[in-house]
Formats: sequence, structure tokens, C-alpha cells
Amino acid sequence: MELLLDLLKAFLIGGLFCVVAQILIDKTALTPARILVLYVSLGVVLTAVGLYAPLVEFAGCGATTPLTGFGYSLAGGVKKAVDEKGLIGALTGGLTGTAGGIAAAIVFGYTFALIFRSHPKK
Amino acid sequence: MNTDSKSYQKYAKKHAPKSPIFRDCVCAFLVGGLICTFAEGLYHLYLFWKLPEDTVKILVPCTLIFLAAFFTGIGIFDDIARFAGAGTLVPITGFANAMASPAIDDKSEGLVMGVGAKMFTIAGPVIVYGVLTSVLYGVVYWIWGLFL
Repeated sequence: MELLLDLLKAFLIGGLFCVVAQILIDKTALTPARILVLYVSLGVVLTAVGLYAPLVEFAGCGATTPLTGFGYSLAGGVKKAVDEKGLIGALTGGLTGTAGGIAAAIVFGYTFALIFRSHPKK
Repeated sequence: MNTDSKSYQKYAKKHAPKSPIFRDCVCAFLVGGLICTFAEGLYHLYLFWKLPEDTVKILVPCTLIFLAAFFTGIGIFDDIARFAGAGTLVPITGFANAMASPAIDDKSEGLVMGVGAKMFTIAGPVIVYGVLTSVLYGVVYWIWGLFL
């Protein structure tokens, strides 16, 4: 039962993040690339002011999977590194916190680029 | 059929095409929500397999990135994205697709300036602005700590 509730919360919050982006795409001139940049930066800012951690607590992967969650990892990494190492942590923490995701995207993107060929755009 | 004005308005409203933005939002909500539900399911599955929580937190997005890059490779991702709009863009799947898709499409330009460089056409700005904001936050957070 608890599992079902967790899944439902992830569905609702994750879906809402996507709806906001969809409205921005339809109603403004923002390109998908700008939306992604906006979402990452917004994730950092919301984490910095203390709003995003409670959302992650509530929605789990519903909050960490959207790209705002990438910003949450960046900010979380920075906070942890500054706590441990002082000011230098501001430079080292962000990419440490997101290293897994970035490396995975590079490795899998590269591998599949070698294996598959381009599909004609419909 | 009754054609007085009130019931006509009702009739017209019922049969008018729904605005595309409403349809777009429903698709984005459903697909985006389902991707996050799938991620949450994976999270519980990995925990159930007794993996440490720190590993699971990294492994879940990595699994989604793997799947998104694979679906981009076999050409299915674009079909889903056309239907889902922001639903596939906003989750980490959109980031993975933004790296895998140009890498595959521009392979003909070579492994260095094609695959290597084009991978970061969209992912580059995301990392640049994400890191910039997070460093700014780190500096502010450090200064804040001096006064506490």
C-alpha cells in the first residue's frame, strides 16, 4: 500500500513538472534547450532556498527525475563539499554530485552512436 | 433538434475541437508522470535487491539514461517524444536523448568533431548553467556560514 502511494506521488509531481514545461513551450518562445537550462538552474535555486529537499522527501523520484532534480544533485553536492572542505567545495561539489549521470550519458550516448545509424526524420 | 441559443451554445461547445495546448498538457502529464513512476518503481526494486541507498540514488537515473539512449538509437524515442512533448523532455530521459541523438545523427562528421562535439550541443549549456548556478550557491552558502 505504501509502495502504491509512493508511485502515485511520483506520478503526480513528475507529471506536473512536465505540464509546466509544456505550457511554457506552447505559450512562449522558449525552445526545449532553454527549458532544460531553466529547469536545471531553477532546481539549484529551489534547493538553495530549502524548498526542493522537502519536495524530494514527499515525491521521491517524481522530484529527482525531472531535470530540476539534476539541479538538486548539483546544489546538494556543493553544500556537502562546502561543509566538508570549505570554499573549495563550491568548485568541486556540483560535478561530484552529478558525476554518475553525466558519465552515464556520455558512455551510453557514445556507445549507441557507434552501434546505431541515423534514422530519417519524419 | 432543439436550436434555441442556449442549447446551441452547449452543443457547439461540446463539439468544438479541444485546444491543442490542453491535449499537449495531458500527454505531457501522462508520459512524464509515468516515467517518474517507473523511476520510483526501479528505486524500490533496487532497494528490494539490497543495494545500498547511495548506489540506488545514482543507479536509477543511470538506468533511465541507458534506456533513453537505447530508444534513441533504435529510433523509437522520437516517436514517443512527438506524442509526449515535454513529457519526455523534462525527465532525465530528455537530457540523455539530447546527447545521444546528435551523437548518432552527426556520426558522419567523424568521431571527434561529430560524435564527441555534437553530443554537447544541448547538454553543454545545461551543464554550464547548472554548474554556474551551483558554484554561486556554494560561495553564498560558504559566506553565510561565516556569520553563523
